[in-house]
Amino acid sequence: MSTDIFLFMKSELSLTLIIFILLILKVWDGIKDNSTYLHIANFLLLLNFAVGFIYTNEGVLFNGMFHTTTLLVFEKSILNLGTLLISLQAFDWLKTHKHVPEFYILLLTTLMGMFFMISSGNFLMFYLGLELASIPLAALVNFDLEKLKSSEAAVKMILLSAFSSCIMLFGISLLYGSTGTLSFAELPALITAGHLQLLALIFIFVGFAFKLSSVPFHLWTADVYEGSPVAITSYLSVISKAAIVFVFISVLGPLFLNLPGTWYNILFLSIILTITVGNLFAIRQDNIKRFLAFSSIAQAGYILLGLSAGNQMGTTATIYFLLVYVFSNLGAFGVIGLVSYYADKENISDYKGFYKTNPMLSWILAIALFSLAGVPPTAGFFGKMFLVTAGASRGNYILVIIAALNMIVSLYYYLRVVKAMFVDPNESPIPKITGSITARLGLIICMIGVVVIGFASCIYNYIHSLTGLTP
Amino acid sequence: MTNLTILIIVPLLTAIAVLFCKNTAQIKWTSFIGSLIQLGIATTMFLAYIAERASGNTAQMLFQQRYSWYKALNIEYFIGVDGISMVMIMLTACVVVAGILISWRVETLSKEFFFLLLLLSVGAYGFFISLDLFTMFFFLEVAVIPKFLLIAIWGSGKKEYSAMKLALMLMGGSVFVLIGLLATYFATDTGGGAHTWDLLQIAHAHISLQTQMYIFPFLFVGFGVFTALFPFHTWVPDGHSSAPTAASMFLAGISMKLGGYGALRVAVYLMPEAAQQYSWVIVLLATIAIIYGSFATLMQKDLKYMNAYSSVSHCGFILLGIGMLTKTAIIGAVMQMVSHGVMTALFFGAIGMIYERTHTRQLSELGGLLKVLPFIGTVYVITGLCSLGLPGLSGFVAEMTVFVGSWQRNDMFHRVATILAAASIVVTAVYILRAAGKAVMGPIVNEHFEHLKDATWNEKFASVLLILAILAIGIAPFWLYNLIAPDAQLIMENIARSVTGI
Repeated sequence: MSTDIFLFMKSELSLTLIIFILLILKVWDGIKDNSTYLHIANFLLLLNFAVGFIYTNEGVLFNGMFHTTTLLVFEKSILNLGTLLISLQAFDWLKTHKHVPEFYILLLTTLMGMFFMISSGNFLMFYLGLELASIPLAALVNFDLEKLKSSEAAVKMILLSAFSSCIMLFGISLLYGSTGTLSFAELPALITAGHLQLLALIFIFVGFAFKLSSVPFHLWTADVYEGSPVAITSYLSVISKAAIVFVFISVLGPLFLNLPGTWYNILFLSIILTITVGNLFAIRQDNIKRFLAFSSIAQAGYILLGLSAGNQMGTTATIYFLLVYVFSNLGAFGVIGLVSYYADKENISDYKGFYKTNPMLSWILAIALFSLAGVPPTAGFFGKMFLVTAGASRGNYILVIIAALNMIVSLYYYLRVVKAMFVDPNESPIPKITGSITARLGLIICMIGVVVIGFASCIYNYIHSLTGLTP
Repeated sequence: MTNLTILIIVPLLTAIAVLFCKNTAQIKWTSFIGSLIQLGIATTMFLAYIAERASGNTAQMLFQQRYSWYKALNIEYFIGVDGISMVMIMLTACVVVAGILISWRVETLSKEFFFLLLLLSVGAYGFFISLDLFTMFFFLEVAVIPKFLLIAIWGSGKKEYSAMKLALMLMGGSVFVLIGLLATYFATDTGGGAHTWDLLQIAHAHISLQTQMYIFPFLFVGFGVFTALFPFHTWVPDGHSSAPTAASMFLAGISMKLGGYGALRVAVYLMPEAAQQYSWVIVLLATIAIIYGSFATLMQKDLKYMNAYSSVSHCGFILLGIGMLTKTAIIGAVMQMVSHGVMTALFFGAIGMIYERTHTRQLSELGGLLKVLPFIGTVYVITGLCSLGLPGLSGFVAEMTVFVGSWQRNDMFHRVATILAAASIVVTAVYILRAAGKAVMGPIVNEHFEHLKDATWNEKFASVLLILAILAIGIAPFWLYNLIAPDAQLIMENIARSVTGI
């Protein structure tokens, strides 16, 4: 038992350890140079990522409050990887920032909250993790303290986040009232589709939908994405979203098992709205962060499509897609972050003629966008294909047709950006940007991921073997 | 030399090698040598294929390779060729060599240009050898990005509009194919709830007529978009005329054939009963495309637009042959794919060469080219004659086979369609002869033309290669016929089996 705690909670503990090391380094005050501090932080995050693979086992702690399986550890590894990449790509921005230690402490705290959420075996634990993940995020959104837009975004974020938490909490309390337990292990058997329970589950779903920014609970997304620093925008759109989906898979799926019809109908509506609205709004955006915000809303719709399958194929496809999504979205945000920091430009029209001055960055952004659009030979093609295949496994072709037709719309707006970079002439394009080696390393890893993961079917097969284990 | 994977690897390696080249000359020579090697390999395989067939190997697909790819979804890397795909591979190899030679003068961003051209060809090779529907779809989609960028960056005229239109319409086609393929996948059952993407296995799985009736339109329309099926042909004129010469050659010569091949191999072969039910729609749309295409060509004043609209008409013959569902008509459709591929590539090549020198494609501004550019003028006339179906050239053989096959359907509807389609050849003759007479023969209208230089070695090489192919098919059509016949027979047998319900 005594060693079990360390082994089962290794992801959480190693994060805690890093937070303490970074705090001590700050208090010690021996490191005057931001770069050194950042290198240490990146190295620690790399170690943290590696730790995820060392010892994986299944187990339960604290009377069923906390549980871990190989699948959960793998999901946490995806989040660790994403955080590491964001940290690498944010190097240039953080190098001149006054509050580097705070950035990492807040960031890793939210990550830890997500880990607890994923591993939770009980609604109490889950809610604790959720709040731990949400509140520091609002602080991070406002990390560029002098920017008015960031403050606005942070206020919107914290208010809406609190609001959605409230709704979810209300749902949880109704569920507790009708079943008398909060444990995920006991709940599914007690759900009998009574009206109260139905209401409770809808409230809980709405809470989730807020965090996942699926339509009609998406309105906060664009403003918050636009206002936050790019590193945080990418964190919100990748890590935060992936974590919520992982919880969806392990928690909500089993809860709704007894109500397949209702659950499917809710998802059906939600998917159609999310994909279509996200895509249609993305067409009109000029700010590239808002643009990616709406595109990520549409992607959330595709993720829900995978989940709606409600079988192993769907779960595998969703986790695989999220892994691909980490690489492709971070590839795009990495470039945008560099441009935003060095040239202070964030509009799509500013990217005109970008290829003339920055061919490498243009290709990276283009490949990342192609991957998001699901065009081969990038991994995004496979990710999206498997999601749609999983969606089709239920035999609901209306859903599949709408999702597939939306791929044309999404190709249009992704190509708009590509066209701006490669084709449109510009008198004064963004000047040549030479990012730091660390940031470039972050981008290269993303590109390798985008190109290789699609062909390396072993990763998909590995995820498939993991999802097969879950009862 | 029977390892089909080489066909994908060589162009891919060439494309990667191009990325490491230092100057334009190196880039051009690397791509040229790479594509020449590829042509050599394709020819070797072609001969090996004929030898194998001659030695009595009657397996449906030769040179098969099979590796499990995504095991959980039963996706395999499964490749193999029959006569039809072998011919398409040869076509691709010839057009790629010619296209690269014609692009010899591309100076702006030449590295990206040749890289994208080669990537486009990888998609075509992969598509033709795939026997796994997922892999096939993957290769079909690979070409989307190169096409868009080739037109948007190096194109002319309203290139951005055309590039976007082409990319979106072809993506639309792919999406339809995707929906059809998914439905096919889930309609198969290999026992224990497992499904398969394996083309050969699906052909023998019995999918109910009702399911087929739903799936077939998606598959056929999806592939039809690629090959200018009537209401979905609008990307062809814009796309072809805005594209740079080599991209037009690739688009019309190879890409449009992906659609025809897919419609035959996937839609008709896998959904034989539905194909029977819907064949009248196909025939109707194809006839409209043939007539509409040829009349629209009459109205064009731009050489490239002329050729693009005549492509709509000529691709109509492919679909007509497929829609007729007789063995001869299907053979004719395949022959038309090859013939049109070579002929139209040469046509666009010739127009590109003319445009490069005269800087105009307007028919009214051209004249007397034969006097100043004897070689290019001759090439233009030869392709023109091939296009209007002069005996001895490939166009005649292919169209004749389609008509003979169509005439075997002896009811009123099919007869009328055949007669109308055949009558369109007269219109073809009008616009071809008018263009040739005005631009090539005629008096010299512009004194600048006096100083034009005739074709360079690379252009001659490309033209001669394609003309040889046209002549070979035109003079000795029987070996092409014999090569395709057994595979067309198999497709027909599948249709017949489905009708008798065995």
